[in-house]
Amino acid sequence: MSATTITRDYSLVGPEADKAVAAGLASARWYTPPISRAELKELMRRDDGPAIRDTLIWFAAFIVSGGLGYYFWGTWAAVPFFIVYAVLYGSSTDSRWHECGHRTAFKTQWMNDAVYQIACFMIMREPEIWRWSHTRHHTDTIIVGRDPEIITPRPPDVLSLALNVFALKSAFSFFQKVFLHARGRLTEEEATFVPESERSKVYFVARIYLAIYALVLVACFAFHSILPAMYVGLPTLYGGWFALYCGMTQHLGLAEDVLDHRLNARTIYMNPIFRFLYWNMNYHVEHHIFPTVPYHALPKLHEAIKADCPTPYPSSIAAYREIIPTLLRQLRDPTYFVRRELPPSAQPEVTATRVVKVGRAV
Amino acid sequence: MSESWIDTGPVDRILSEDVAPFEHEGKQYALYRTADDRYFATDGLCTHEAVELADGFVQDTIIECPMHNGRFDFTTGEAKGAPACINLATYPVKVEGGRLLIKLN
Repeated sequence: MSATTITRDYSLVGPEADKAVAAGLASARWYTPPISRAELKELMRRDDGPAIRDTLIWFAAFIVSGGLGYYFWGTWAAVPFFIVYAVLYGSSTDSRWHECGHRTAFKTQWMNDAVYQIACFMIMREPEIWRWSHTRHHTDTIIVGRDPEIITPRPPDVLSLALNVFALKSAFSFFQKVFLHARGRLTEEEATFVPESERSKVYFVARIYLAIYALVLVACFAFHSILPAMYVGLPTLYGGWFALYCGMTQHLGLAEDVLDHRLNARTIYMNPIFRFLYWNMNYHVEHHIFPTVPYHALPKLHEAIKADCPTPYPSSIAAYREIIPTLLRQLRDPTYFVRRELPPSAQPEVTATRVVKVGRAV
Repeated sequence: MSESWIDTGPVDRILSEDVAPFEHEGKQYALYRTADDRYFATDGLCTHEAVELADGFVQDTIIECPMHNGRFDFTTGEAKGAPACINLATYPVKVEGGRLLIKLN
């Protein structure tokens, strides 16, 4: 059999799920770098200040961009303001959803929960489903058959990635599932990670979501204008590209089925605007190793453990110089991946896959 | 069933407002010290996915699981929300001569 014919089942209910369990890859113990308890305790400390500041700026940016978009509506001058509004709505919500889902962004829990609900709605991710999906992602990061958040399989699903530049596939899937959940049902895969006790919340929120989108539709018809949908609903699509741009850098092209986040996640240096929009999730290795450290402390965590981690990518462009050729090669050879090199100062890597040479595994 | 007080070690091995592990007869426990020097003990593994709570984060009287951020009130064992849905078992503790004792069945 040639390498190009090797494909795996990435669903959570297929044979790979059983194989992962049998191989000890499910709910396994992951590598953690050496760091003193006192230092880690300090890094984990919660603080409302940074997230309140960032959230006030965030809301202000919504109001200014949305207001100027309205003011210039009907002219080309509205376009840049709606682009900004949409990136805030359809992309920056990815990190807000994420950080507040971990309940680490704010010290005060109701603030985490409030921003979580707002961000989930904007980015079309049902809050209960995604809370449990992301829990599994952290338990079994990029373990085939276990992780529901693998962005694309090997070989890559290029069409899906292309459609998701404008969140088309993800939005279609969202509405399919919302309709299903509103009828009081889960998909077979969701049933593997959402506990029975939490399912009524899924159904309740799905009905609220449908009611809101129905109201937006009614408003569009009532005003004979697409403008209401330009503020609620459509921005997830036309502003989703930046979330994909950042999200693709997290794990794509790296090792599958390893128990060491240094090998299956990327840390990338980004400019301050990207880091504001992305809430420091560019420090993705660090986030996965210590998910209790809030986003505002990730740069310090990075400094504390960087001697034990692969060299960070100097920019997102540099990461894409690796990702795009890797995806293209995986179209021909799905076994290919980028093997991250650890510095001499690092502790040995932890793999559950026997690596035979750089970029190839059996 | 007999009950006994087990010596877990000196109290100062637990930092202020922090958690430390303790193992006895193959079972893991988590020992807590609050900012005002009160001590508590619970089972050592998160009821969600059996992750060691001693690697987690203590804030006030809440222990947060290091893997999924599940939260428990360690004074009562109460799970404070998803993904922690099942309460933790708690155990009596006392301090004697600078050492923390835990009462186990």
